[in-house]
Formats: sequence, structure tokens, C-alpha cells
Amino acid sequence: GSPPNGYPPLTKILASFFGKLLGQEIDPFKNVLVTVGAYGALFTAFQALVEEGDEVIIIEPFFDCYEPMTLMAGGHPVFVTLKPGLTRDGELDSSSNWQLDPTELASKFTSHTKALILNTPNNPVGKVFSKAELELVASLCQQHDVICIADEVYQWLVYDGYQHVSIASLPGMWERTLTIGSAGKTFSATGWKVGWVLGPDSLMKHLRTVHQNSIYHCPTQGQAAVAQSFEHEQLHFGQASSYFARFPQAMQRTRDHMIRSLQSVGLKPVVSQGSYFFMADISDFKSKMPDLPGDVDEPYDRRFVKWMIKTKGLVAIPVSTFYSVPHRKIFDHYIRFCFVKDESTLQAMDEKLQKWKKELRP
Amino acid sequence: MFLAQRRLCSLESRAKFLKTIYSSKILGLPTSAKMSLKITNAKRIEGLDSNVWIEFTKLAADPSVVNLGQGLPDISPPIYVKEELSKIAAIDSLNQYTRGFGHPSLVKALSCLYEKIYQKQINPNKEILVTVGAYGSLFNTIQGLIDEGDEVIVIVPFYDCYEPMVRMAGATPVFIPLRPKPVDGKKWSSSDWTLDPQELASKFNSKTKAIILNTPHNPIGKVYTKEELQVIADLCIKYDTLCISDEVYEWLVYTGNKHVKIATFPGMWERTITIGSAGKTFSVTGWKLGWSIGPNHLIKHLQTVQQNTVYTCATPLQEALAQAFWIDIKRMDDPECYFNSLPKELEVKRDRMIHLLESLGLKPIVPDGGYFIIADVSLLDADLSDMKDSNEPYDYKFVKWMTKNKKLSAIPVSAFCNAETKLQFEKFVRFCFIKKDSTLDAAEEIIKGWNRQKS
Repeated sequence: GSPPNGYPPLTKILASFFGKLLGQEIDPFKNVLVTVGAYGALFTAFQALVEEGDEVIIIEPFFDCYEPMTLMAGGHPVFVTLKPGLTRDGELDSSSNWQLDPTELASKFTSHTKALILNTPNNPVGKVFSKAELELVASLCQQHDVICIADEVYQWLVYDGYQHVSIASLPGMWERTLTIGSAGKTFSATGWKVGWVLGPDSLMKHLRTVHQNSIYHCPTQGQAAVAQSFEHEQLHFGQASSYFARFPQAMQRTRDHMIRSLQSVGLKPVVSQGSYFFMADISDFKSKMPDLPGDVDEPYDRRFVKWMIKTKGLVAIPVSTFYSVPHRKIFDHYIRFCFVKDESTLQAMDEKLQKWKKELRP
Repeated sequence: MFLAQRRLCSLESRAKFLKTIYSSKILGLPTSAKMSLKITNAKRIEGLDSNVWIEFTKLAADPSVVNLGQGLPDISPPIYVKEELSKIAAIDSLNQYTRGFGHPSLVKALSCLYEKIYQKQINPNKEILVTVGAYGSLFNTIQGLIDEGDEVIVIVPFYDCYEPMVRMAGATPVFIPLRPKPVDGKKWSSSDWTLDPQELASKFNSKTKAIILNTPHNPIGKVYTKEELQVIADLCIKYDTLCISDEVYEWLVYTGNKHVKIATFPGMWERTITIGSAGKTFSVTGWKLGWSIGPNHLIKHLQTVQQNTVYTCATPLQEALAQAFWIDIKRMDDPECYFNSLPKELEVKRDRMIHLLESLGLKPIVPDGGYFIIADVSLLDADLSDMKDSNEPYDYKFVKWMTKNKKLSAIPVSAFCNAETKLQFEKFVRFCFIKKDSTLDAAEEIIKGWNRQKS
């Protein structure tokens, strides 16, 4: 049987592939753990390192599982918000405008802070943290002796010439960072549920303990297939033929198509630098039709999405879902669209939008 | 420190000062060592880092060793199981996320199969959860239903993960051993190992949250009888306790025995989680798919754990498994059905293995089910004096000696015991017989050679 940390051909190629990217010597046994999706990686990390009394800094808006996983480990989530910057009239907002206030971020660190979870490229905003922004987070983590859990599942989905930077590659960070990746997002095979964590043995040994006491092994086939896929990509890496180049190029076109189409009905997309998603500002709709059907305390974006599904046949996700409960009423005017869709889906979307546009005319 | 050094500096030469500044003693500990003061593991995993499989799998990894240790079939899975998976991999939609609590066609197949066996309706969405192996079902069950301060009864010997999983949930395992009845000349059977009803009753109290039952049992191969299960059921009902029934070997039951599901007893459905395994059912342990079946008021908590741990299991594997199930569900009375053909195939191997162990002078315990046999190896009186680690139980030393000197590996049964009961079982070693004929042939050669050496 395989060692529980992962099927050897996979851990070996992950070690060599990411060792080069992170500029780090990575041992397939000590520094790599294969998990059931990046979701399983997050769970394993939280269970291994977070306990009652620990604080975990979560940047809002956040992939929704971070909060319940923190709570399940007995930890206390501490939220800090990405704030949209100002946009000039007529210009589209960009995810790069959404930023952390350095003073506010620093104020969230206490002696109880165990970890900070960083998601770049970010779901749902699509923000790709710049090197300078990562250096800020890194220096605070080092100053306060905090672990950084870096959720980098969308690392290849980066557009408009932006660059994904792994915080683990910054000086002083490898020894305190867990870098999480996903075969599902890397190879567009989400149903395979193969993910991984890369990190220093001093942290990884605790994740291995959780892993061997929770599921022990991950399915072999998915791992074998992912190993082969990485072998293939390693040969093409950096070339135009690489899936890691072709796929984001194709998705950038789809993103742009969707952005143009949605604007025609008055939605205001926030152009995302990365990930599968972009958000759209619905505040114009909020002022024009504030009273959509829904529960008493239901945030506006949820009511809007339900109305949009029912009357326009289009599905999106209300972004307030990605905020902590107290902030949902404040950030209730964005909805999230996924643009990793094929031609036929885009055509169907365009048809629905044309219909919607006609209905807008007085 | 710097300031003190500066003050002293005037008394020393500048060169010497610079040298001491740059020595690690003055600058303090390197970053990683300083970090370890604050960044430590969560308490829930304290003491749970060792694992018998890691040690023994490494030992047996030598290709010249005949591996009868880990419960890994080396026989081929049914052809249609593999074929289904390769067909399914080509379908785009089946490579993306599926329903978190179980892929629809799989939970439907499981519901259809088990409705026949349980003789009751089983709701595929509310009363079934698909997990990452039966191991994952055990984890979801224990995390979902067991709390700090609870007691959980564990029957010794036990599949090794039960104890650390119970401890990780902050609960206390309460152990009770299976005890052998005297056999007087006849062949020793797994049915001769039983629980003392009074001793069992004494383990239950108001803090008892659950009992973990494993039938057919690993490592002894015991198949609990209706009467034995009734004793357990009565206590569960009396003390309002849950029953976690690990039935991964449910199809591997040999002539003269019948697998009985405790969840079918009056008063038990509402308090039992029954766990099954695709790996054991279809000889595909690498697929890591298992399932939990039970009433919604319990399953919903396992589902909550699922959505906060792995969220969903692999889609192509679940779809392939569903298709494999449909093939065999349609022919359950047929000897060709894998649920019937596999135990027949394994019974032959079991008997062969028993014969081989007997030829060595051992008295193996004939298992009524499962794919393991245990035997008391102290009868061989092997010379273990060169096995250095004197703190280890006898069976650990024996297995290491046997792997090294006889190129045959097995698993020490005391690995399936808690600290207090290790001595009771330290003479026993577990052999796995779900192996192809060539593996058993190789084992036979080793045993013949061993016999020659003895005489």
C-alpha cells in the first residue's frame, strides 16, 4: 500500500514541480500531503493546528467554509474586510481596487492569533494579491508568529498579465506557511477531489496525524491520473501549448464576453484579476427596486438572486453569503458569476439577457 | 543582550566583539526554533501520531517479502468494475462536483440493495451518506455524534483507528476483550471467542454514548450470532446508547455462518449507524468509498461533518461503483454475483491458509468471516534474541523477525489492543488471505522451508 501522505508518483511530481515554483527544496514525504480536494486540505490544517482559544484571521469576503472550519476546531474567527476603492465614472471597478487597510489588518493580530487564512486568487472578488500586499501580510505573520494558510487553488487562473505570487516563496515564510492547491481547479476536473498541502515538516507532521486518523488514504486512481497530468504539463510548462497558459487565455475571453453581456442590463461587473468568478454590483437595482420578495432579515442580494432566477432564468450567488453574519447587511449589493462555461452556456445566457434588456425598455 | 555586550565591548577588542555578535548564541535561536514555542499542534491530536500500518507497511515493502500483513487484496477486482470506471472517465460532466452527501445514482443503488436486506425502506438522500472509505464513515460518525466526556465501548481486539478516533473527539474509550472458550481438542474457531455478558453489562453506564461493533470482526474473523447481538442490543436500549456497526466484511462470511445486521433488531434502527465499504465489497480498496446507513436524525449529523470536512467524494468513482452495484443487484441469487462468488473463492483460500499454518505446528483460529486468520505463534518458539527493542510486545518482535528471516510478513495482533490488553494478545499474529494463488504458493514454499529447518 501507499504511504498515507499520498501516492508516491504524485507526491514526487508535486514536490519537484512546486519546489521549482516556490524556490524551495521539497521532500515528497515530509513536505507534501495529498488530500480529498483543497477542501480536505483546509479541514486537515485547521484540525491539526487550531484549537479552543486560538484566533484565526479571515479576510472578507471569504470562501464560505473557512468560518465553520475555524469554529469546528474551537477557534475564534476574526474578520478583516477587503474594501472597494473608488472608481471613476464610466470606468469598471476592478478586483485590484479591493484592498486591505494596513492599519486595520495590523490591529487584528493579537497574542491569541494562531493563523491567518489567505486566498489568492480570491473567491469571490477575483483579487490577485500583489507582492507588496503579500509582503505586508508576511511581515505581520512573522512579527506575531502566526501561521499562514494560503489557499491558492486558482493559482493558474490569472488574467490581464497579472502574476500569481505564493506567499510561501517570500523570505521567512516557508517555515510558517501551508500552501494549498487543487487538481480540480488546475485541470478542470473538480469531481476528482484531489488536493494537496505543501509546507515545512514541523507543521506537516501534525497534518499527517489528522489525516491518518480521519481518512487515512485518498483514492488511488485520481492521484495516479493527476500525477500523469502534471508529468505532461511539466514538459510543456512555460510554453504556449501548456494547459496552464491556454486555459486562462480561453477563460479571459469568456470573462470578457460575460462582462460585456451583463452590462447591457445594468449590472456593474467588477473585473476580476483571477479565479473562476467576478462580482457584479447591483446597487442600481437596489435603489430602483428595493422591495423584492423575501424573508424579513434576508439580505438584498439573496432576494435579488431569487428574483433573477425566477423571472430571468439566470443563476448567480449572493455575495453576502461570503461575509460574516454582522456584515451581510452592509455588503448586500453584489452577486457572483462563474464564467468557466462553454459556448452553449454563454449563448443561452446572451439569449436570456437580450430578453431581459427588452423588458427594461419603458 | 546587545546592550550588555556593548557595555562589555570597551573591555574587549573590537574584532572579538564582532565575532561574538555574529555567533548564534548572541543573536538568539534561529527563526524556526523560536517559532516552535508558540506554534504547536492542537491538543486533539496529542499522542495520536503513531500508526502501526506506517511501520509495518515499510517493512513489508521489500519486494522479496511475501506480504500477508496489510489487508490489501492482490486478487483482481471484477472486470466490470474497472471497465465502468474507464467508460465514465470519458464523460465530461462526471468529472465535476456531484452531490456532497452521495452521488445520486450511487445512493439510489445503495438504497435499492440495502432495502432488500433490511426489509425496510431506506431514503437514499436522508438515510445514506457516502464517505471517503469506511474509515471516513467512522470519522464522520464519531465526530458527528461523540462528545468530550462521553464514553465509547470498544471491543478488543479492535481495528486500530477506533481508539485514536474516539480520543480525537475528546471521549474516553472503555475496553472489553473477546475471551476464548476452552476447545478441548477440536479446531479453534472464531466463534469460540465471545464477550462475557456480565462483563459487557458492567461497562455500560450513564456516560456511555456508543458501542463500536465490528462484524465480521477484524482480526479474529468472528461473525456475531443473533443471540450475541441481542445481548448488545438489549444493553444499548437499556442505556439509550448508540451502536456504531462496522460491517465492511458483510459479504465475506463462510459456510455455516450468516451475517446479521444489528440495525434490523427491534428498537435498533433508530440508534444504529451501519458502515459499509466499496473497497471490501468489490476488492477495490484504492477507491476509498464507504457509506453510513441509519435514521435521518443521526445521519444528518454525519452530513454536517461531511460538509465541513471533504464536502463531497470523487464523482467518477461513485458513478462507476453505482454501475457495478446495479450489475450485481440484478443477480443476487446467482452464484456469479460477486457478493456470492467472492466468499466462495475466499473460503478455499482460508482453508488453504489454515492448513499451511497447521503444518507449521500452529493452532490458527478458523475465521467464520472476513479475510484474516490469527494464530498463536509462541508455539514456534522462535529465537528472537537478536530483536533489539525489548520494550515491544512479543508479536511485534516476532513479525519483524519473521519478515527479516523468513521473508514473510504479517501484522501483530497487539496492534489491535489498548495498552492494558496487549499482554493478553501478544502471542497472536494476523495473516491476510485475500491473496492470489501465486502469493499463497510463495507463502507455502516459505512454510515448507521453515518446517525443514525445524526438523
